Amino acid sequence: MKFLCVECDQQMAFAERQIPGDGTLAATFKCPNCGRSVAMLTNPMETQLVSSLGVEIGGRTVPPEPFEMVRANVTTGGRADGPLGSPAWSSDAQERLGRVPSFVRGMVKKIYVDYARERGIVEITPAIMDTARAELGLEGM
Amino acid sequence: MRTYHQLTDPDGSGLAAQIGAQRQRVAERLAAVRRLVAVMSGKGGVGKSYVTANLGRALARAGRAVGVVDTDLNGPTIPALLQAPAVPTPPAIGLDGVKCVSMGQFLDDGAPLAFKGPSAESFVWRGTMEASAVREFLGDVEWGKLDILLLDLPPGMQRYVELCDILGTPPAVLTVTIPTPESRDAVRRAMRAAAERGSELLGIVENMVGGELKGSAADDLAAEFSVPVLARIPWHPTPDTWNQLASHV
Repeated sequence: MKFLCVECDQQMAFAERQIPGDGTLAATFKCPNCGRSVAMLTNPMETQLVSSLGVEIGGRTVPPEPFEMVRANVTTGGRADGPLGSPAWSSDAQERLGRVPSFVRGMVKKIYVDYARERGIVEITPAIMDTARAELGLEGM
Repeated sequence: MRTYHQLTDPDGSGLAAQIGAQRQRVAERLAAVRRLVAVMSGKGGVGKSYVTANLGRALARAGRAVGVVDTDLNGPTIPALLQAPAVPTPPAIGLDGVKCVSMGQFLDDGAPLAFKGPSAESFVWRGTMEASAVREFLGDVEWGKLDILLLDLPPGMQRYVELCDILGTPPAVLTVTIPTPESRDAVRRAMRAAAERGSELLGIVENMVGGELKGSAADDLAAEFSVPVLARIPWHPTPDTWNQLASHV
């Protein structure tokens, strides 16, 4: 994938990468001629595809460790923090979940976990909960 | 407006350099390996891993330094066949001193292979993830000097194609079949694909001979591809059976 500044007919150059932690990725490219920037925003599936190649947009800051991809991405089952592939909960998110009435807490938790799993989100934070509520129409949870 | 191939300046993303570095890492690691042999079939359940493990052991008993890469990521059996202990960092050393790396060494007992990532449409990235795992098995194991590195392939042709891409050169191929015509037909497709890719076809091992399975798959394929039948493995082989096969590899 390359980016072209159409007005300048110049190939744009990578400038910055952001990893928000919700499975998505933002990479900024800049025209060396006019300075115009564009941001490439990838969804979790696209982000995962790049990640599965064992590369990082913008280059690596440290050399790869042996079996880095396998160790980082293989879920071996029987994890102490929950079922296979369960996302982690930040302390703020846990506290907020604790305020949900106990008789519906399990169901609400499952909704957030399913939401996170489907999007490759590794940690549920209050921001992720807000996004999920808005997307899924779960106001009040 | 210029198109993709007309943009030739470095874009700063570093992706091409990283892919190049990955290939270089594999090439450098395998520079100490005298010979690579892929054990493949195209047909499941014919005993590829069984043949690989026992061939490896026989070669090791003959004084060769042998490694095995278990590229069957979803059904890894090499560690069990070689009785290789769990180690924090492969290679593990199994029976007769055969070294091995396998996804089985990274999975809990009985756990299926699963990757972190979006569960929806995981087929989009899962194949790439598996190919990257194989690349790490080839590039990250400190084998030391090896006379031969056996690559145990899963059924089908997908892994063979991935290996050709990762290695840059198609590996020599040892084909395993059982006597039946169904196996012959499936193996024929695999051998044809390997020949078209430019792999050297070393020969055929016919497994599970002398029992209920009837047919002449090995002889048929040998005639069709002008390759030798290197061994016919009975249901209860002796060490001599494997030693004889090893003498041909």
